[in-house]
Amino acid sequence: MSASAVVFYMLAFFILATGLLAVTSRKIFRSAIWLLFSLTGIAGLYFWLQMEFIAAVQIVVYVGGIVVLIIFSIFLSQQSGKDLPVPVRGRQVVSALLVCAGFVLTCLLVGHYAFRPAGQPSGGGIGVGTGEGDMGGNASVGNIGAQLLSTSEHGYVLPFEVVSILLLAAMIGCIAISIKIKPEDK
Amino acid sequence: MSQVPLSHILIVSTALFFIGMYGLFTRRNMITMLISVELILNSVNINFIAFNKYLYPDRLDGVFFTLFIIAIAAAEAAVAIAIFINLYRNFHSIDVEAADELKF
Repeated sequence: MSASAVVFYMLAFFILATGLLAVTSRKIFRSAIWLLFSLTGIAGLYFWLQMEFIAAVQIVVYVGGIVVLIIFSIFLSQQSGKDLPVPVRGRQVVSALLVCAGFVLTCLLVGHYAFRPAGQPSGGGIGVGTGEGDMGGNASVGNIGAQLLSTSEHGYVLPFEVVSILLLAAMIGCIAISIKIKPEDK
Repeated sequence: MSQVPLSHILIVSTALFFIGMYGLFTRRNMITMLISVELILNSVNINFIAFNKYLYPDRLDGVFFTLFIIAIAAAEAAVAIAIFINLYRNFHSIDVEAADELKF
């Protein structure tokens, strides 16, 4: 087992252990902190897969944005020192059984399916820019940006604009939902 | 990277998905349910990146799907937390059992 594989299995163990703690911890603030560790581990997995840009986006958006937002909302709406109520024992057992059954089923399906790379076989796992000119597979920031804003056949400029509209709508929606109406205006 | 088969990465993301499902089933606090949803979305992102890297190394489509999923997850988390704040104002609790105004 090479050093790279050891790094992968350590990252996988870290992600799964902190994820499990995030959904089982009895204190809600600790749960959010375990989520932060799990998301950082996933960013490490992206670094291991040599997708540096995605790893950076993961850290900036998830760790820097969503987790901070979750922690703020915990402080606004919870007594974060208090324990959460213990879930009903029956519900815990049933959901654990269901989840284990689903996991085993999916693992069997994954094990039975032979994943073959498309196109030329064994085409060098690391993204070497083979063909397709400047739209090649090298996941550098320049290539990602060029293809994201390209209007050609493989460009993603239309989903990009749609997502920008969605973000604007979400921002206005957040303000409209959470604005405080004064009692006399009601 | 080439020493680890693709199926191991898929098993990790499957395990993360079902951990998120377990949290979604057992928790009754909306913020912890949102945490579970974030774990589920991240497991999907791992799948997209791993498929892109192993099966289509000369394309970038998985990267773009992951980027759009991250953007939509951020929008979703922001709207969800605005709803939590509003709900807390009305019910003084963000337990899903407390929000039963429309039920009766």
